[in-house]
Amino acid sequence: MKSLFIRTALLVGCAAWLATTGPALADETTPEAKPLKLNTTANHSKFKELQKTFLTGPEVTKACLSCHTEAAGQIHRTKHWKWEYLNPATNQTLGKKNVLNNYCISIASNQAACTTCHVGYGWKDNKFDFTSEENVDCLVCHDTSGGYVKPPGMAGNVVGKDTEFPPGSGNIVKGIDLSKIAQKVGKTSRDTCGGCHFRGGGGDGVKHGDLDSSLAAPEKELDVHMDAVGLDFTCATCHKTSSHDVAGSRYAPTAKDDKGIQGRGKAGSGNPATCVACHGNGPHKKEARLNQHASKVACQTCHIPNFARGGIPTKMEWDWSTSGKVDKDGKQFAIKDEKGHNIYESRKGDFKLGENVVPEYAWFNGYVEYTLLTSKIEKSPTERTPINKLGGSPTDGKSMIWPMKVFRGTQPYDPENKTLVTPHTTGPDGYWTTLVWDKAIETGMKDSGQPFSGKVDFVNTVMSWPITHMVAPKEKALGCADCHSKNGRLAGIQGVYLPARDNNALVDNTGWAVVLLTLLGVLGHGALRIVTGRKH
Amino acid sequence: MTERIYVFKRFERFWHWSQAGLIMFLMLTAFDIHGTYTIFGFEKAVLYHTNAAWALVGLWVFAIFWHFTTGEWKQYIPTTEKVVAMAQYYLFGIFKNAPHPFRLTQLRKHNPLQRLAYLGIMLFVGPLIWITGWLYLFYGDWAAWGLGNLPLEWVATGHTIGAFMMLAFLIAHVYLTTAGHTPTAHIKAMITGWEDVD
Repeated sequence: MKSLFIRTALLVGCAAWLATTGPALADETTPEAKPLKLNTTANHSKFKELQKTFLTGPEVTKACLSCHTEAAGQIHRTKHWKWEYLNPATNQTLGKKNVLNNYCISIASNQAACTTCHVGYGWKDNKFDFTSEENVDCLVCHDTSGGYVKPPGMAGNVVGKDTEFPPGSGNIVKGIDLSKIAQKVGKTSRDTCGGCHFRGGGGDGVKHGDLDSSLAAPEKELDVHMDAVGLDFTCATCHKTSSHDVAGSRYAPTAKDDKGIQGRGKAGSGNPATCVACHGNGPHKKEARLNQHASKVACQTCHIPNFARGGIPTKMEWDWSTSGKVDKDGKQFAIKDEKGHNIYESRKGDFKLGENVVPEYAWFNGYVEYTLLTSKIEKSPTERTPINKLGGSPTDGKSMIWPMKVFRGTQPYDPENKTLVTPHTTGPDGYWTTLVWDKAIETGMKDSGQPFSGKVDFVNTVMSWPITHMVAPKEKALGCADCHSKNGRLAGIQGVYLPARDNNALVDNTGWAVVLLTLLGVLGHGALRIVTGRKH
Repeated sequence: MTERIYVFKRFERFWHWSQAGLIMFLMLTAFDIHGTYTIFGFEKAVLYHTNAAWALVGLWVFAIFWHFTTGEWKQYIPTTEKVVAMAQYYLFGIFKNAPHPFRLTQLRKHNPLQRLAYLGIMLFVGPLIWITGWLYLFYGDWAAWGLGNLPLEWVATGHTIGAFMMLAFLIAHVYLTTAGHTPTAHIKAMITGWEDVD
């Protein structure tokens, strides 16, 4: 009662103060509202360095670097900048610059389109200067205005004024107010990370299945941590950065974390992005049996019952081999499903989409080996060629049962050199415009520095994506019988005895035979006693 | 002339019937967990099975204490005396109205075949179920106990074998309650404590 009175008094007081001072305040400060969350001690709009007109991204970066002198150097060391990563476990050089997948396949010769999602400006071909500090894009991660969008096809560049692009096309790319955006920088958010990571594979939700724009402001049911009106985690809450390097990797994931909670003062080299880093290795307080499961089952397996739960479908299959069809006017066309999502595009082929997808499950120990452009592949009539091979077994002591998005594709390959290929898809001479494979592949392979025989065939491929986002509230986690049943979710998992799923057929058959014989024996004995009838 | 003998004391009868109920409930939930049928569903079946198992553990603590303090454990010492006679009675005599070869007393309330059967249950089936069940309950502690390499499949299979043996025993046991001096003599005795003997 007392606190209610105080609150009311405060409210009335504030209103009165605002009424008297409000107009005066508005006169002397900028009319822009402050960011919703004042989680920074610096109001960048007060900095002289930012109070000017910026026409290009690098101009802004130079201003940033005049104070944050080491920031670009830190960025230069990260995967976000290099798009290159040497996996110490496999010795493979990975990163977007080197891997290919079975979605849009590869960035080779498509840099100007793909690097819309690079944290830099101007990576349009293999001549990009990776030592340039001013070409680091600070705003793409630190924008809080929501107005910072990198236009497609411009090699990650932004424009501060309306610009014709491509030059001579008559197409005008609208300029954005870089000054306003620079003055409102702040911490990263689900929106900034999501600007690229929600749209992996070229569209909302396409690639990951557990990352799409529904996580920009999710409800608790979709993600218990990012719940916009609850815990409201940003990506960086888990993916804790250190010197601009973001924790958590898809190239070398932590499949089994036995390091416990990564608390303050704990000199751990653990990955701060794992569930265990906060929850520890025995997080179930009421039911010890669930903690026992945690020695073999990844948290994600039970706590992410389905992916693509936010109403945005994810691609599950992509068949490039059916692309190239045109309508009777010779024009490209698209076919949509009943919800308006493309399931066929002339330039891309057939898609299968999925929502609320039940993951597939596999033993996974964090070891990932990629099929690279230099890897020889054999086309098999039955087996799909793996784009990434995930290590794992029930007996290696390092594996857990993980949920996976398994993405199946049919993509071009070189049947003579027996390699996957990197087609040039984007731009006026790319496959998406020309619908001509051999020319497009030739261009792409030249950019990759790899030989191409000129022959094109299609190969079925498969790629596994461990699922880790869209953690449901505990009430929505899987129940026991989802796996402990004859045809449950883990029906295909070998190497563990699952009560209710498994039984020893010999023991069961013998056991029931013994029980049945006993029953027949006593029934016969009893019947005989009744028939002989002499005793009772 | 019929004589009445007080064979089963109050605690013993309580032990017997509560154990009978628990074991039957354990079996019902066991084969639910095993995936043979679905009555409660796996999750609830596990919960009930576990709680019933702990109840049985508690009951056994009292029962063991009772057997040793009362000396009743001696009732289970096996004997070869009249074993053949008993077997012959069940195989032939019972159909010919032959006299029951065993005359029970307070000190020998189980016939020699019963002694052997109960001892067998207690020495083999019981330990099989208890040891595998205990391990099942504490699956998470195996590594700490130095049993990290023990396959769950062995434990589970052992537990299942025990369950089948218990079920077969239960059927035979229930039937043989009708094979006393009269069909209801044994059952009455286990309810009232008093058995009529010839």
